[in-house]
Amino acid sequence: MSVTTKTIALHGGLLVLLFALQFVLPAYHHGNLARIMVLASYAVGYNILFGYTGLLSLGHALFFAAGMYGMSLTIQHLGFSAAPALLAGIAAGVVVSMALALLALRTAGVAFMIVTLMFAQAGYLTILYFGEYTRGDEGFVIQQAQRMLWGIDLSQPTNRYFAALSLFATCLLASLWLIRHPFGKTLVAIRENEERVRMLGYNTFAHKLGAMVISGTISAAAGASYGLLFGYAGASFASVQYSIFPLLWVLLGGAGTVLGPFIGTLFMFYLIDLSSGITTAYMLIAGVVLVLLTLFAPQGLTGELRARIWRWLP
Amino acid sequence: MMLLSTRGLSKHFDGLQAVQDVDFDLPIGQVRALIGPNGAGKTTLVGMICGRIEPSEGRVFFDEVDITALPAHKRIMLGMAYTFQITSVFSRLPAAENVALAARRRLHGDKVDTAVKEALDQVGLLERMDQEAGDLSYGHQRLLEIAMGLVQKPRLLILDEPTQGLADSEITDFKNLIRELAGDTTILLIEHNMNVVMETADQVTVLNFGEVLAEGTPDEIHANAAVQAAYLGTG
Repeated sequence: MSVTTKTIALHGGLLVLLFALQFVLPAYHHGNLARIMVLASYAVGYNILFGYTGLLSLGHALFFAAGMYGMSLTIQHLGFSAAPALLAGIAAGVVVSMALALLALRTAGVAFMIVTLMFAQAGYLTILYFGEYTRGDEGFVIQQAQRMLWGIDLSQPTNRYFAALSLFATCLLASLWLIRHPFGKTLVAIRENEERVRMLGYNTFAHKLGAMVISGTISAAAGASYGLLFGYAGASFASVQYSIFPLLWVLLGGAGTVLGPFIGTLFMFYLIDLSSGITTAYMLIAGVVLVLLTLFAPQGLTGELRARIWRWLP
Repeated sequence: MMLLSTRGLSKHFDGLQAVQDVDFDLPIGQVRALIGPNGAGKTTLVGMICGRIEPSEGRVFFDEVDITALPAHKRIMLGMAYTFQITSVFSRLPAAENVALAARRRLHGDKVDTAVKEALDQVGLLERMDQEAGDLSYGHQRLLEIAMGLVQKPRLLILDEPTQGLADSEITDFKNLIRELAGDTTILLIEHNMNVVMETADQVTVLNFGEVLAEGTPDEIHANAAVQAAYLGTG
């Protein structure tokens, strides 16, 4: 079997499995998986910048929130219906990630982390400042009537599951396509040795800019969908915690692997879910497991799988 | 016609004058060796030519067009290729992908594959194309660097100490490779191995303390008293 066939079989297989699970999962896990797929889409976006381009951003909550508020504010205050609001959220992601990229990419390494973190904090504070419109920390509910996309009620669990799956499938396949495309391969080369890429005649700034806009836009699409599917927008989604989450998911799942973001999100979600069923000190269990993983699987779950068994894994 | 010229090119790092007022001309098709003792400013000079280092003063001309203000990647697109002194391959990527990255700047689709195989074959690494570059021996990594330069089909190929760390047999192959390229490609070669210089270069420029000390054919340079003094000391 060629690498392309195996790649299609594996990733297609996962999507088919997720499709089939919809019919057998109990309601609780069914809801969880819908949420995981949306959050994994966010992680897929993060992975393009962190895993493939090698730029560690601590400010992705800004993009997630840009999507969420671009969607919800236009519904709430401008009376948009779901489809144009979703587009407004994605457009907000494009604009915000482009603006932040132009500023932050003047720096590198630790400075890049700090600049992205600071701008994301500024974004969070801006949401709180304009509490009159955003309702700040408290947030606001997006009514069922406002969550009709092309006549489909997204508050209904089955529809929500399929919407989440569509989003995740789009993001996963886009990321798979990207890294097999020359542009994506150049991003990987920038991660490995930026100076060398520059001396091969590539405009590395333009490539990093492109990576950050793609990454920010996918994150915004996830943010907008999250608000629309679960009917709520609040400032906590713009807080630093939501910048750290995708980093954690991607690290656990395997940075620079296409499946890693999903595996990491799934693992982390159920780790917290299961350990909180055992004890109230569930973060302690989660913490220990995370330490063990970092010690024994430093490349993340999918990364280790690639290093040990499936060398061809994209 | 000159492919590459510099006028009054200088670089100082704070107090240190690394390169001073260098006027340098390289005609199309020539193989030029750039030699000089350690710290003579060879890599700094070449760095200013290909845009890695910003000059303190002076100008660089490529094809008689002033390129002093152009960033490195645009100079490369004009037809320069630069291979690094310290091996700088993408060690976690396969050898073929290293070369393909260089090839994709001017080729697309299936042509990339063909060009990659051709370049790897030229340096004798074809059968190692699927190996990760970091797993190759040091000498093979040097050859991979050269293949990355070759595949760009540059008009000016700048090789910074290409034979460092190569085995004798590999050096012989390298000399043959340069002879094959000579004529089609203009080559600027920084080299310590005098044997390689004598056998491959049309002209030699000697740099000492950041200044051009002498210029001439390999035989003239070999016989030049000032050059001998610079290398061996006047004792």
